[in-house]
Amino acid sequence: MSNKHDDLQDYKNPRDESRRDFLKQSSLLSAIALTPGAIRRAAENKWDEKIADEMGKVPLSLEVNGISYNVKIDPRVTLLDLLREQLHLTGSKKGCDRGQCGACTVHADGVRINSCLSLAVTNDGKKITTIEGLSRGDELHPMQEAFIKHDGFQCGYCTSGQIMSAVALVKEGRTQSAEQISEFMSGNICRCGAYSNIVKAIQEVKNQQS
Amino acid sequence: MNPFVYTRPADTGTAIKSLSRGDQAFFLAGGTNLVDLMKMGVVVPEKIVDINRLPLKNIEPVSGGLRLGALATNSEAADHPEVLKNYPLLSLAINAGASAQLRNMATVGGNLLQRTRCPYFFDLTMPCNKRAPGSGCGALAGFNRMHALFGASDKCIAVNPSDMSVALAALDAVVRVKGPGGEREIKFQDFHRLPGDEPQLDNTLAKGELVMAVDLPPAAFTKHVHYLKVRDRSSYAFALVSVAAALDMDKDNSIRDVRLAMGGVAHRPWRLRASEDFLKGRPATEDNFKQAAQIAMQGAKAYQYNQFKLKLAPNTILQALKVASTQV
Repeated sequence: MSNKHDDLQDYKNPRDESRRDFLKQSSLLSAIALTPGAIRRAAENKWDEKIADEMGKVPLSLEVNGISYNVKIDPRVTLLDLLREQLHLTGSKKGCDRGQCGACTVHADGVRINSCLSLAVTNDGKKITTIEGLSRGDELHPMQEAFIKHDGFQCGYCTSGQIMSAVALVKEGRTQSAEQISEFMSGNICRCGAYSNIVKAIQEVKNQQS
Repeated sequence: MNPFVYTRPADTGTAIKSLSRGDQAFFLAGGTNLVDLMKMGVVVPEKIVDINRLPLKNIEPVSGGLRLGALATNSEAADHPEVLKNYPLLSLAINAGASAQLRNMATVGGNLLQRTRCPYFFDLTMPCNKRAPGSGCGALAGFNRMHALFGASDKCIAVNPSDMSVALAALDAVVRVKGPGGEREIKFQDFHRLPGDEPQLDNTLAKGELVMAVDLPPAAFTKHVHYLKVRDRSSYAFALVSVAAALDMDKDNSIRDVRLAMGGVAHRPWRLRASEDFLKGRPATEDNFKQAAQIAMQGAKAYQYNQFKLKLAPNTILQALKVASTQV
């Protein structure tokens, strides 16, 4: 399946409009405060179109969860911010925003990466899978089922990153022992401390597959 | 993050020209270090030259050794069958660093060029000669628990954070670079530099030079190797001290050849040549390993909060040698 979404406005979910729009407006204002003279002058004169021009947007084509997107974006935008703020796929979480917590883990061309440290433009032509792309309709991915069964989370904030990382881990074959699972899952921090249950969930999926 | 000009050249010549033209121009590969530094405002590029489309991803045999393309990811290098078979020390070192996600992004070339994780380098409110030359060193009389024992200066006591580079130093790798003036080779020991009076310079690359590949010499240490990394948690943390140990042993348990390098103790991977010279030709015994470890510590200088490294470092050398020598 490959639906085209050239116009991102069409993809907006109306339910969460007000809060997100407020956040976006306020972050735009702070962005303006931080940018150099030319942009600030444009902002003071309310030349919104000129702001967009000054930002120098770059064309980007990528596929997210089977859907093709052609967008023009500021090269400073990370893959995580593209997914969350423009494609409204908010399942991938922003924890540290510095590649230290793993909450933003997605798959790019089948391998797990930290989307917070990847500039979106560097993913041109890639196939991205997020937590939203893991289930088949209402049928959860086996790893999602296993996390529920083994209580692999408490607050849930790290969970989408944990699950994306876990799915990749099984594919990589790094599930020989609980120690190996812990070592190769160490890029995903869980401050609730659900680690032992996460290991059990991963072992169950591994055993289902072998 | 400040705005920057973004370019994505398709060939190395264009990339090098594009970089040479910009004052604050940077090559971008995996981005795991540079994007972080840009977010923190530590590095403020005017131009980003995205080199991910350059044909530098291959890992291939070359004149008896192995060539790691600069854009091969850390995972691709660590998991490559030739690396696992002939350079297991490198595989161990790479997998001791970062996380699986970061290793899938970070490249061979980028790993060599990653900046120190000294907290004063990241904190814009603190002095740091590496970030802002002439501003002073916050770590010198500050919280210097993670800092250097060897080769530091009164301008900078930061350490190189790479694990991969410690193994590459031990293995006598060669860095192949290309710049506006053509191609050249840099011996790994000459690639990273000591801070001296110019701590802002991490390495000996000239302006506009691009890392093309890292060449490994013919395999000599395929069995008796170990990479031991001591850190504050069991995984996913930078080294307090790490040791790459590689032994070539005779049947009678004597040491034909040996390589030793330490991480977490200097501004560059710290090769232990005096210890190597001591061990060559001697039997692989605990007593000799202990003496080699003591030799390695000659000239060490600790600061207020990293005194513990004076004991941790020789113990780590000893343990790494013991494990390497007993690999079967």
